[in-house]
Amino acid sequence: MALLEVNNLAVHFHTRNGVVKAVDDVSFSLDLGETLAIVGESGSGKSVTCYSLLDLLPKPPAVIEGGSALFNGEDLLTCSADQMRHYRGNDIAMIFQDPMTSLNPFLTVGEQLIEPLIYHPDPSLRQSRASAREEAISLLNEVGIVEAEKRFNSYPHEFSGGMRQRVMIAMALINKPRLLICDEPTTALDVTIQAQILKLIKNLQRTRDVAVIFISHDLGVVSGIADKVLVMCDGKVQEQNKTEHIFQHSQSDYTQKLLAAIPRGAKATANRTESGNKLIEVKNLKTYFKDFSASQGAKSTHYIKAVEDISLDIQKGEILGLVGESGSGKSTLGRSILQLVPNTEGTVSFANTQLTGLTASQMTAYRRKLQMIFQDPYASLNPRMTVYETLAEPLLYHDLATRKTVNQQVQLLMDDVGLARSSLRKYPHEFSGGQRQRIAIGRAIATKPQFIVADEPVSALDVTIQSQILNLIVDLVERHNLTMLFISHDLSVVRKICDRVVVMQQGKLVEQGKTEQLWADPQEVYTRSLLAAIPMADRVKV
Amino acid sequence: MAEQHNMAQEGSSLWADAWIKLRKNYLAVFGLTVIVLLCIVSLLTPWIAPYGYEQQNLILGATPPSAAHWLGTDIFGRDMLTRIMYGGRVSLMVGFIATAVALVIGILWGAIAGFLGGRVDALMMRIVDIMYALPFMIFIVLLMVVFGRNILLLFVAIGAVEWLTMARIVRGQVMALRQQEFIEAAYSMGLSQWTIIRRHIIPNTLGPVIVYTTLTIPSVMLLEAFLSFLGLGIQPPESSWGLLINYGVETMEEYPWLLIFPGIALSLTLFALNFLGDGLRDALDPRASKD
Repeated sequence: MALLEVNNLAVHFHTRNGVVKAVDDVSFSLDLGETLAIVGESGSGKSVTCYSLLDLLPKPPAVIEGGSALFNGEDLLTCSADQMRHYRGNDIAMIFQDPMTSLNPFLTVGEQLIEPLIYHPDPSLRQSRASAREEAISLLNEVGIVEAEKRFNSYPHEFSGGMRQRVMIAMALINKPRLLICDEPTTALDVTIQAQILKLIKNLQRTRDVAVIFISHDLGVVSGIADKVLVMCDGKVQEQNKTEHIFQHSQSDYTQKLLAAIPRGAKATANRTESGNKLIEVKNLKTYFKDFSASQGAKSTHYIKAVEDISLDIQKGEILGLVGESGSGKSTLGRSILQLVPNTEGTVSFANTQLTGLTASQMTAYRRKLQMIFQDPYASLNPRMTVYETLAEPLLYHDLATRKTVNQQVQLLMDDVGLARSSLRKYPHEFSGGQRQRIAIGRAIATKPQFIVADEPVSALDVTIQSQILNLIVDLVERHNLTMLFISHDLSVVRKICDRVVVMQQGKLVEQGKTEQLWADPQEVYTRSLLAAIPMADRVKV
Repeated sequence: MAEQHNMAQEGSSLWADAWIKLRKNYLAVFGLTVIVLLCIVSLLTPWIAPYGYEQQNLILGATPPSAAHWLGTDIFGRDMLTRIMYGGRVSLMVGFIATAVALVIGILWGAIAGFLGGRVDALMMRIVDIMYALPFMIFIVLLMVVFGRNILLLFVAIGAVEWLTMARIVRGQVMALRQQEFIEAAYSMGLSQWTIIRRHIIPNTLGPVIVYTTLTIPSVMLLEAFLSFLGLGIQPPESSWGLLINYGVETMEEYPWLLIFPGIALSLTLFALNFLGDGLRDALDPRASKD
């Protein structure tokens, strides 16, 4: 008998706009020691499926319409609240996407770890603090926390994102569950950390013999870890099969669309003739921030060296990729070039004009020519302005349009970024993530800029949407003769659209070169480790 | 034809959309209607009031509601309906004007302090702290000593107190907003700080501000009664709802109508304001569903 057997699960959401079938007739089974990956875009119902197993859905609006979920022969969907509490955390544990918000910032990590042991609902299973502590420390060791004994008393903010996810995994394992549900556990993490966490989950599964459900939107990530893959779209199962099978002989069109969307290969138009025309020139740029948390004495001011002595040129018409892990200072470098954060030392020049040291009012004239596309399309648009207002604002403010012509120009912008003119009156929340990013791109190109910094513009988006937006960006760059600094932690994406790549680590420039050259022959150890960490769907085929 | 097509697609602003949404919210429309009616009645009171507000009839004394005096009379035989109508003039004026003053100062002060941050923020908020710390009674007495009795002082006194909380609320909101990417986007677009505050910051603080405003208006009306009791503000035989309620409480057991009717007038205003405020908050938030 399978450990978990889900049959014909159906979950509906009763909203003001009618019933949404979030999960529609989903069946799967899972044995101990097996990993099932549930893959789909956001809104496909993959998370809802798993949340309904643990009764974690808000009811209403969610209603479980039918089906069964047999765990060890008992139906999770009909069991009492008491029983469910027993399953949760004991037999079935969950790891969430965002390790930053899943830990209580006011309790030490150790305290949170031993909580389920010393406050166990069953008094006979309660442990003493000392023995719980011992167990927790051995678990921390197991998930790869160095100096676990010391770290036991640290607070969550003292851990990095990857370390926190390790702690979360330890927490999930503390009651020795038999089923582990991972809801996009690596989406918020860097590539190298992601590779480590994936490896950890795989190892733990092997040594502890647990069943794992791994939810992800990224087929590439899943390829290395899952035994079986279930592809979902609009609440329905599109395909369900062994992992190799999915990647090699996928039956459904949707799966093939997902596979095709994985950024792969090099940029098609890499052979651009070099103009040799420097648009941006960065010389010995340093950007420091005062570090308030570390300054102990009143006189010793500590600085976070976000950008440390970087020099680079950006040629006219090229897309320069800037890669590095979080905390490497790549976003700060982008913002320093645009003078959004003050330069501590060094200079930034744009078309032979030095931007460093210009006053705010002198800078205003250049702001129009230097634009930025932000990472999170949910936060980068004013929620109280319609698309029309958002797009018209820069045009009117910079006198690029009059009240009479602005309407037409805004409509042309909508065409440019591939949005329907009829949606001009809508507000940002009425759009999907990809559409919002199109609006943000439209705003950035509204003023006909020459240089755009794109700060992880696709990392918040689903794979299929991601490839659409990337195509749009490449298209716009070519059509409007733009120059772009493309910041990303995702090397596959960078390879697909960038002409040249710069690698940053801890504020310093590690390596730069033409994209294909860098891929074929990375010179630095760090670059090699970054390239090795890319989860590749291709590897399954080997 | 094409021209019309274009016109139809032209983006509407937050305020135009809000008005369309507000009109579909029956409770809010009811609230707005009640408030407009109350204001009209107050404006016209000198011409439509059945009696004079100071017109006494000592022989009559306090009588319950009757055909001649619909809402009864007080112990001096003055018509309650007339006094409530005249009282409404004062109460509504104080409520709206003092709140409006507090609103404008509070929003601007809070938005500027929160947006600029740093030393400006520290200085501006310390001023707020000092004003907070000043005992209200002493402040009032001081005002009276310096300026004497004057109805204008009423607005100054109330406005000076009420804007402080507003400024703090707005500042908190703005500090959270300032971290948002769309503010950085506006900055990178080259917009001036004032444009960013006006177009991007203030509209996004409106939710809590409106809710707080609807709470402020009734509390300001009652504060007026307290100030009048201290001698600042209006003096008998003039009346206000706050004063009428104060007197009504004293004679509640013998002449309950002296408390009930001004109480109803104040409660009605309060209800109407709350409905309107809730409606406004939803209407000004595009994320609240459109239908």
